[in-house]
Amino acid sequence: MDFELNDDERSLQEGIRSFLTGRCPIEVVRANEETGGALDRTLWRELADVGVFSLRTDGFGMTESVLAFEELGRSLVAGPLVASHLAASVVAGAGDGSRIVGLLEPAEPVTMVEHLASLDDLIVLRNDGIFVVEPSGVIGVLAERPLDALTPITRLDDVPDGQRIGDAAMALQWRRDGMVLTAGLQLGLCLASIDLAKTYAMQREQFGRPIGSFQAVKHMLADMLTKAEVTRAAVYAAAVNIDGRGDSSDLMQTARMAKLLAGDSALFCGKTCIQVHGGMGFTWEVDAQRYWKRACVLDTHFGNSDEHAAAFSAAL
Amino acid sequence: MDLQFTDAENSFRNELRHWLAGVIPTLPGEPHRDDWVGRRDYDTMWQRTLFEAGYAGINWPKEYGGLGATPTEHLIFLEETERARAPYVGQNFVGLLHAGPTLITEASPEQKAFHLPAILKGEHIWCQGFSEPGAGSDLASLSCRAIRDGDDYVISGQKIWTSFGHTADYCEMLVRTDPDVPKHRGISWLILPMGQPGMDVRPLRTMEGSTEFCEVFFDEVRVPVANRVGAENDGWRVAMVTLSFERGTAFVSEMLQSMELARDLAQLAKRITRNGASAWDDAGLRRDIGRICAELDALWALTKRNISQAQRTGLVGPGGNVFKLAYAELRSKLGELAMHLLDRASLSIDDVGQLPTHAHVHGRIHALSLGIAAGTSQVQRNIVAERILGLPKDR
Ligand SMILES: Cc1cc2nc3c(=O)[nH]c(=O)nc-3n(C[C@H](O)[C@H](O)[C@H](O)COP(=O)(O)OP(=O)(O)OC[C@H]3O[C@@H](n4cnc5c(N)ncnc54)[C@H](O)[C@@H]3O)c2cc1C
Repeated sequence: MDFELNDDERSLQEGIRSFLTGRCPIEVVRANEETGGALDRTLWRELADVGVFSLRTDGFGMTESVLAFEELGRSLVAGPLVASHLAASVVAGAGDGSRIVGLLEPAEPVTMVEHLASLDDLIVLRNDGIFVVEPSGVIGVLAERPLDALTPITRLDDVPDGQRIGDAAMALQWRRDGMVLTAGLQLGLCLASIDLAKTYAMQREQFGRPIGSFQAVKHMLADMLTKAEVTRAAVYAAAVNIDGRGDSSDLMQTARMAKLLAGDSALFCGKTCIQVHGGMGFTWEVDAQRYWKRACVLDTHFGNSDEHAAAFSAAL
Repeated sequence: MDLQFTDAENSFRNELRHWLAGVIPTLPGEPHRDDWVGRRDYDTMWQRTLFEAGYAGINWPKEYGGLGATPTEHLIFLEETERARAPYVGQNFVGLLHAGPTLITEASPEQKAFHLPAILKGEHIWCQGFSEPGAGSDLASLSCRAIRDGDDYVISGQKIWTSFGHTADYCEMLVRTDPDVPKHRGISWLILPMGQPGMDVRPLRTMEGSTEFCEVFFDEVRVPVANRVGAENDGWRVAMVTLSFERGTAFVSEMLQSMELARDLAQLAKRITRNGASAWDDAGLRRDIGRICAELDALWALTKRNISQAQRTGLVGPGGNVFKLAYAELRSKLGELAMHLLDRASLSIDDVGQLPTHAHVHGRIHALSLGIAAGTSQVQRNIVAERILGLPKDR
């Protein structure tokens, strides 16, 4: 047993991180708000070039993929990253980034689809199978003010039928893999929120000293780190399990564990990051709100943490 | 990353499992939980049994009679003993996991030769005399005084919360040998034989009514200078050595029990009725149990990360504080949920009406101590914030 990153895993993750810090620093991410969150096709292809979508069709596993997605989450990269990654094995052009593939899950009370205007293909993930739809034919109402300005969202009146590309078993597997990849993004959000909160806590002074020297502030940060590290263990364990090097045979249950922990932790770290910033935390300018809003978006993907808590108990 | 065990680790497990299957049925019945002398005998009997089979001091180096096992093998040992319902380390805890490791790195050859084999064979029980009424979280402010008089130290003062103080043979003790220097620099680490003239050991009742710890009073108690470990006034560093011995395995047995208890709680909810319906019909309850079980599984994964890190670097690192903080909270949540489910049955600490009340109520009370003993949760948060995140000290 060795549940630490090996050298290859570490260098893969560092490679993705250095690509992202160079190519999409937070200023670039923010600038995208001016275009209503329209996806940048050049960036999408470059993401494909570093392997974000094709890792698993190129012979890597869920472990490497989750490490890459952790970095994507940390850098707040927007778009249907998980959907395009999942589609790489069945939709031509998804893996090399020439086509942007989105995904929707029919939901109650309303079905909402993200980034509709930027999509080349839209996957509909249902319990009975996986279907692909031509996005230009999908009719819906674009929300004027999406919660996350980087995630444009459209409400659909009818869920399109589409062409079947996978059966129920495959749908279940996509849901499971989708949970774990999304949990990777959420873990990255936790780490970014901690970095931001910590930097501010060291700089901002009140009562003649950095607010990070106040114990109440320290304890908020300690709680963030604690949640993030427990989440990291959960997410990595779920990924390693899927790759057949795990300690549990119930891959769905460990995927649920990861999504549940990551969902709760990303929301917690996001809101605590806002609190650490005081009034600045409530402004548009400071990124704390961006991390929290993305955490809200991702919590709804592949089942939110309450749903997974209920589903987890069903297997007990 | 790989969570699977190697062939060598698997064969270590298989041999151990085989041995346990033979020995466990031959053990005598467990003494009553408040029979501390009986428990001492039982715990030392088990330690002797381990010693004879070559499993004593699993984490100790081979040259000191230990098994020299890796942290992962230690994990396997704890998994298998838990699975076989083998006795716990019990009162051997301080000797095997605190005093012993400190002696191994810091003691003189004579001290080692006398004490280490006795700990391994279950001949000596140790206790830890660190905390005082005036020195808890701020341990370095301790004031129990040791004054040099020829070849002896003469000790006066008080220790408190000394677990197994009434059954131990030896005490690892921190005393103030110089009151005139900054607090960390005037402390010495002593081996104190229990039962000396001038000592008064008074059991304290815990909130559960048991007497697991004591207060110990010292009135001019003489201890030979030869019993000091490390240099005079260097005791703080010696005490810290013990901490660096932790390999991420400290809570493995507890974690396994908690995971089982949480799953038992789901089964309990299925057989309890509430307002004529099964308690399990309550979606809110199911969600709460699901969340707690998932969070425990995540902490189990963190345990394995910590152990893997210790295996690679020799240290647990930040994961240790993070684990303790998260575990204390989660264990409390589990206990609270169980008491809600048991409702009025939880008003008895012992089992009532065929319900496993004791396991859950005792567990809930135990959880309250997890946030206090060995560094309170607030102190753990300070450590995480200052040493891991690098926030400024407030002192
Ligand atoms: C079951 C049990 C067994 C024990 N066994 C032993 C033993 O065998 N040997 C031994 O030596 N000791 C033992 N202890 C003692 C234990 O280590 C201390 O209780 C612990 O270190 C806390 O010290 P205290 O009780 O004096 O609490 P205090 O330090 O007085 O703390 C009281 C409250 O103040 C808070 N606080 C204190 N300082 C700070 C700070 N800087 N920042 C924020 N909050 C702070 C604490 O978190 C706590 O909530 C045991 C304790 C328990 C509960």
